[in-house]
Amino acid sequence: MKLTLRVWRQKNPDTPGAMATYELDGVSQDMSFLEMLDVLNEELIVKGEEPVAFDHDCREGICGACSLVINGDAHGPERTTTCQLHMRSFQDGDTIDIEPWRASAFPVIKDLVVDRSAFDRVIQAGGYITAPTGSAPEAHATPVPKADADYAFEHAECIGCGACVAACPNGAAMLFTSAKVNHLNVLPQGSPERETRVLDMVAQMDAEGFGGCTLTGECATACPKGIPLFSITAMNKEWLRATRKVKR
Amino acid sequence: MALTFWQSTLGKKIVMGATGLIMIGYLCVHLLGNMKIFFGPGEFNAYGHWLRVMGAPVLHHEWGLWIARIVLLASVVLHGVSAYQLSRRDIKARPQKYVHTKPRASYATRTMRWGGVILGLFIVWHVLDLTTGTTHSGGFQEGHPYQNVVDTFSTWYGNVIYIVAMLAMGMHVRHGFWSAAQTLGAGNRTRDRALKAIANALAIVLTAGFISIPVGVMTGVVS
Ligand code: HEM
Ligand code: FES
Repeated sequence: MKLTLRVWRQKNPDTPGAMATYELDGVSQDMSFLEMLDVLNEELIVKGEEPVAFDHDCREGICGACSLVINGDAHGPERTTTCQLHMRSFQDGDTIDIEPWRASAFPVIKDLVVDRSAFDRVIQAGGYITAPTGSAPEAHATPVPKADADYAFEHAECIGCGACVAACPNGAAMLFTSAKVNHLNVLPQGSPERETRVLDMVAQMDAEGFGGCTLTGECATACPKGIPLFSITAMNKEWLRATRKVKR
Repeated sequence: MALTFWQSTLGKKIVMGATGLIMIGYLCVHLLGNMKIFFGPGEFNAYGHWLRVMGAPVLHHEWGLWIARIVLLASVVLHGVSAYQLSRRDIKARPQKYVHTKPRASYATRTMRWGGVILGLFIVWHVLDLTTGTTHSGGFQEGHPYQNVVDTFSTWYGNVIYIVAMLAMGMHVRHGFWSAAQTLGAGNRTRDRALKAIANALAIVLTAGFISIPVGVMTGVVS
């Protein structure tokens, strides 16, 4: 395959960036999108140019590090992560636009790499349970109804990649935050902090400068893990409940 | 707690959703009342008079009407202020556009902000036109709403403003009703089809119902 790539290049957070065009030949349909970028980078290095910086780690769709907006879609045209996207989703001769996640809460560090530590601070605000560590708990001590376990697992699938923020026209982190809140709030292990969790995580989400929800639904469409839009509805319900229960 | 509410994007959105639903509820009642125009000036004007004695003898003359006006004014102000503040924040949260853009979301979803502005301007015009009579085209007659309505819809611009605003209202309600259900935590997978169907039905009935009045005047059914 022969491709024309238009890639966002930005030296550092303080320098304005721009799209740069590269021609790439000899791409195989079986390559993953990131392997295709590896080929581009090898060519750039041979030519003495600066390789394109992009985030990646596991390359098997579970860590949430990879983060590219491909032709305007977070993680590209398939419902999967960028690392699990393959070149067979494109045609010979295509022009492909590659951009970083765009949100003021996710500033660009370099080229296609953005700083997603805002997510870490949202987690620190309440995305945990308080439990003694050390010995493993007795598995049967805390029964969890099957329906609740399924519900928790559906939300636990979130890998925190930030595609929801990238896809949202308001740069909102509602789907991420709601996945974390719902995952823990439905389980007995998460119930002691049920109210403070949702209040604190939402407050931190606001403090990080993410936008608000307009129920556009782009987040759920982009999510590689299929977190449903109703996750947000459920968080709204939890938040309303918590404001009634907790005096602040 | 009130402060927690107003300072949070979620709380502000809940205010927006709740006030929006109050206004949708009002529109339903308002439409039912307005339909009396098709039964002649006697019935319509008597309805206008009843609005003033509504709630009697418990309520003093016009108190019921003023309570409704205050609730509606508070709703529209709270709704507009939260919409403005949240929109400012949303735009700031996504300062840089993607180079590669594609049309996203439905037309109703994308036009909530400008549609809302149109509605806000319409509400001001509508009150000045038919409640206070300040900008009314014919000689405004207090206590003769039937004739006032006929006068308004006998001008081309009266019809244009009204019909454009009602189309904007229909779209706003279509996305707004469903959105409000999500914002207030009432939506879920099993209810979604029903909620969307109600949103569409509300939008169509309200839009067609209100537009039937200028059409009635234009075609001479109401004269
Ligand atoms: C003053 C004029 C108005 C303005 C500026 C305005 C603006 C807005 C905006 C910006 C939204 C948010 C859209 C989104 O989240 O995508 C919204 C939502 C909504 N509006 Fe309005 N609007 C106005 C009047 C009305 C009226 C007259 C009604 C009643 C029919 C109404 C009902 C709603 C509802 C139910 C929502 C959904 C709230 C939610 O998402 O929870 N609005 N409005
Ligand atoms: S690199 Fe880990 S999910 Fe893509």
